[in-house]
Amino acid sequence: MIKTLAAQIKEFKKESILTPIFMVLEVIFETLIPLLMASIIDQGVEAGNMRHIYVIGVFMVGAALCGLFCGIMGGKFGARASTGFARNIRQAMFDNIQTFSFSNLDKFSTAGLVTRLTTDVTNIQMAYQMVLRICFRAPISMVCAMSMAYFINAKLATVYLVALILLGFVLFFIIKRAMKYFQMAFPKYDELNASVQENVSAIRVVKAYVREEYETSKLKKASQGIYDIFLKAEKHVVLNMPVMQFTVYACILLISWMGARMIVQSTLTTGELMSLMAYCMNILMSLMMVAMIFVMMSMSIASAERISEVLNEKSDLSNPQNPVYDVPNGEIAFCHVDFSYYKDKEKAVLRDIDLKIKSGETVGIIGGTGSSKTSLVNLISRLYDVTSGSVMVGGHDVREYDMESLRNQVAVVLQKNVLFSGTILENLRWGDAEASEEECKRACRLACADEFIEKMPEGYNTYIEQGGSNVSGGQKQRLCIARALLKKPKVLILDDSTSAVDTATDAKIRKAFAEEIPDTTKLIIAQRVSSVQHADHIIVMEDGCVDGYGTHEELLRDNEIYREVYESQTSGGGDFDEKAGDD
Amino acid sequence: MPGPMHGGMPKGKKIENPGKIFKRLMGYVAKSYGPHLVIVAVLIFVSVLANVQGTMFIQSLIDDYIAPMLVTDVPDYRPLAMAILRVAGFYAIGVAAAYIYNRIMVNVTQGVLRNFRNDLFAHMETLPIKYFDTHSHGDIMSVYTNDTDTIRQMVSQSMPQVFNSAITIVSVLVSMCILSVPLTLVTLAMVFLMLVVTKKTAGLSGSYFLQQQKDLGKVNGFIEEMMEGQKVVKVFCHEEENIATFRELNDNLYHSADRANYLVNIVGPVNMQLGNVSYVVCAIVGGAMALSGFSGLSLGALASFLTFNKSFNGPINQVSQQFNSIVMAMAGAERIFRMMDEMPETDNGYVTLVHVREEGGRLVESEERTGRWAWRHEHQATHGVDYVELKGDVVFDGVDFGYNDEKIVLHDVKLYAEPGQKIAFVGSTGAGKTTITNLINRFYDIQDGKIRYDGINVNKIKKADLRRSLGIVLQDTHLFTGTVMDNIRYGKLDATDEEVMAAAKLANADGFIRHLPNGYDTVLTGDGANLSQGQRQLLAIARAAIADPPVLILDEATSSIDTRTERIVQDGMDKLMKGRTTFVIAHRLSTVKNADCIMVLEQGRIIERGTHEQLIDEKGRYYQLYTGNAIAN
Repeated sequence: MIKTLAAQIKEFKKESILTPIFMVLEVIFETLIPLLMASIIDQGVEAGNMRHIYVIGVFMVGAALCGLFCGIMGGKFGARASTGFARNIRQAMFDNIQTFSFSNLDKFSTAGLVTRLTTDVTNIQMAYQMVLRICFRAPISMVCAMSMAYFINAKLATVYLVALILLGFVLFFIIKRAMKYFQMAFPKYDELNASVQENVSAIRVVKAYVREEYETSKLKKASQGIYDIFLKAEKHVVLNMPVMQFTVYACILLISWMGARMIVQSTLTTGELMSLMAYCMNILMSLMMVAMIFVMMSMSIASAERISEVLNEKSDLSNPQNPVYDVPNGEIAFCHVDFSYYKDKEKAVLRDIDLKIKSGETVGIIGGTGSSKTSLVNLISRLYDVTSGSVMVGGHDVREYDMESLRNQVAVVLQKNVLFSGTILENLRWGDAEASEEECKRACRLACADEFIEKMPEGYNTYIEQGGSNVSGGQKQRLCIARALLKKPKVLILDDSTSAVDTATDAKIRKAFAEEIPDTTKLIIAQRVSSVQHADHIIVMEDGCVDGYGTHEELLRDNEIYREVYESQTSGGGDFDEKAGDD
Repeated sequence: MPGPMHGGMPKGKKIENPGKIFKRLMGYVAKSYGPHLVIVAVLIFVSVLANVQGTMFIQSLIDDYIAPMLVTDVPDYRPLAMAILRVAGFYAIGVAAAYIYNRIMVNVTQGVLRNFRNDLFAHMETLPIKYFDTHSHGDIMSVYTNDTDTIRQMVSQSMPQVFNSAITIVSVLVSMCILSVPLTLVTLAMVFLMLVVTKKTAGLSGSYFLQQQKDLGKVNGFIEEMMEGQKVVKVFCHEEENIATFRELNDNLYHSADRANYLVNIVGPVNMQLGNVSYVVCAIVGGAMALSGFSGLSLGALASFLTFNKSFNGPINQVSQQFNSIVMAMAGAERIFRMMDEMPETDNGYVTLVHVREEGGRLVESEERTGRWAWRHEHQATHGVDYVELKGDVVFDGVDFGYNDEKIVLHDVKLYAEPGQKIAFVGSTGAGKTTITNLINRFYDIQDGKIRYDGINVNKIKKADLRRSLGIVLQDTHLFTGTVMDNIRYGKLDATDEEVMAAAKLANADGFIRHLPNGYDTVLTGDGANLSQGQRQLLAIARAAIADPPVLILDEATSSIDTRTERIVQDGMDKLMKGRTTFVIAHRLSTVKNADCIMVLEQGRIIERGTHEQLIDEKGRYYQLYTGNAIAN
């Protein structure tokens, strides 16, 4: 994990090394100051030597300036190293995600990926900065101050050493206990937020059932629970400060008593006593810092783990060695295809699919929820790889093609489709970056999207909000179809892409397809029989197998499932459609 | 603990009145924890004093105890021992005070957070649907997470820190003045310099921070959008372009974050070294003064002063470092209060829903469930009480509605539903079908016209009672985290297990529920993510069934279920609809065909109405919608 992350430091190695160096130098100058101070008091003030005060004073200012320089440089390199590191991690994750196949993406949820790219990176950035700036500084500061103390007076310095060890133990136990409660508290905190989230999205249900007070009392219980557990955790954390104070005070008093005796016995000077007191804070504060880093680090470990999961994920699809770049035609063949989403699992989603679709044909696919219609078509553009058997497009196995070329010539309109923020034209040009406005308009005409686009005040330059929230479901689907059409594909797959479009428009789109792009093989997944009944062939899917294959009439005669679906939609005998047909 | 960096700053906007917000925030904290705060203030004071007296002791240590001993032959350590014991006593009190106030602050911080969450949530639940339409869920959530987190930072750290520092500064200042006025002036001059530098840097870093926040927003926005659409990105082979765009945004963020962090990082060292310089200047000036005997500054006093000088710079440094988190907390508090200030749903209804039984041909209010309901209508003028039996008679008369006043989406809607009838709405997306049903239960209020329920204007009915009488199954099924049993019981909280199962059977949900790992006790999470769409829909229907409402609204309840599954669902729905007034929205013929009346909507107007047969004969829009061929030809 550490190795994975450390590889992303890259060009910021210099800064990452310089930061601790400058921080350590700063500490050294800082530790010098109390020493010089002692000299001012002892040899300057007490001896009445004003010259000495000036000389040492100049030294001190010099040390302060050097310290300042080191501090500024440390701050500068620290900021650069940590923000640069964060940038590299973010970029590396994003780049790697772009290589993910569908099955890689299925493994991580969308929200999971977003958290990893945002919050987790921020956590790591802050932790890294802490490490660079304080991780070295604090222990060195402790060691420097301690050695200085020993240099001045070994006997008194031992007091600090004992205090340091004792305080270290106590802090360790306090933090350990507190961490235990924090680890219990964070999942609860996430739960609470999840329940608020749930309420925000289900507000209509809450209001419809008049459950506002019920939900509020439920939340109050949960938030009381959070209160209780955080209280337990924080109760331990707040011990840190008084314990620290106690140790500092105890040291000061001990040093005062012992120091006074030594001064009386002339084994210590007053100036030295003052310096020792100044080092007391340095030593114990540094320990506090180390404890804090420890907490920070252990909290960011979870983030680091989540990030390296993404960085270490390898795409499970790869380009062949000598790829085929051109799809000759829109012929599709499935040869004894088995497919399952999990390689190790028994449960196959598709079993023994054997199909041949001629170039230019229109094929409808129908079947219940969970009958694997989508899984079937996803194999054609190699969004997933088959478990066994093979899928052929234009006479080649899809695994022989360059993936980009294949996907450009086999266009899929996904069931869960999205538009991106940008103008309508920009969105359409996802299909073909070089498409002229005329070409875009033609695609929209085919997809019956032109009518509503032209009604919009800014027409094709209308800005689509993130997620396409300012167009209706049916409009969105038509734009997505137009976008796919611009690829001028050899094969066009519509995965339930007209479900929100009314029947009349749906029919219009199908008619346009038949007339305008006759050479393109068209696969249409639909819920409505009316969307597929005029297709050249219809595939009936049931539980991962092909249950029927034929024309509308053939299936109506031979296939029980198809007949059932047809009847359920036309409500008993299909009298409605007959009537319509007669007129 | 969510990191303090994300989303704390307002998006490029200045807080309008930080003083007012601060006052309000303090008022909010004081409301529940006033006495606590007073005690904390006193204890902080005690703890600071204990600390200061310790520093004072160092002065007397050298002058009053060590110096006299140096000149006597037989040093007497007793006075020193006594003094140390006395100081130790004060220190002990100081440590105890520090512990107690920190301990109290934990309660205050967590309590304030709990109160904020409770109050925010309770208030949110009263907000009109419109609020949720016009605010993104992400923004609402961020109030609960990021914004309350800034408050936590401020209450738990900044507040005591600043108070502590203020007391320290004042008491140290007083002590310094007692020791030497001229040296105090020197120190103050240096402090002034420190403040100037801090302000300059803070101002500069503030603008970079704002820039960083903006860039971070852009990066996060892009990430969210692309992760959501990653599969589309793959299908369109848009990876290269994406990487290039992201690289640009990411680089911008790096540059602004680098600069912002750099400036924040140097404030500490600059102040610290200025503090050291201040120390040296005081040492030189003080040394000169002590040597010349001017103003009677003793060696011990100088040593003590220098300690004060050091402890004076500390708190100033701390206050300047708390500055950023206070600004962030103000921005967070502003958003929290803005949500709390949102107007709740108005409800001027006074007609309530009560149980009734019939006695001698008249309806009499009853305490127990009788299975019969009536509207209790208290006339405002005469104070007489009428009971109107709840039947489910719904009338729209010339209703106009728009989500805002400028854009009317429903025009002059008239409809009449008799008790027990099934009314269907059809029409293309955006025609206003859902909107109509949202008016019956007053999710939105109409601009013009009247809606009557059993002859009573719906505005006169208390919203809670109105909604209790209506059952709704929505297209997007929302389930709650909890067991299947809990989820069905949502419709009637005091339902027995038997009633729940009966409702599940009615909705044809019983079968699949029994096949779940723990049957009715199976815990659903993430909006029922482990169930299929059809199964979730069945649960939603069971939930409506158990509520046993006289009027049902089914908004595309079966649209995302395939037709074969729909049959099973339909069966359950038919049982449910029996004897109830039902409003159905669907774009599937089978669902609407047997309705008593079908309304065809287009662009917010009812353009056709009648039974299926009548509408087919009319050969209008309805005919077109469901044949498809008509237009294409």
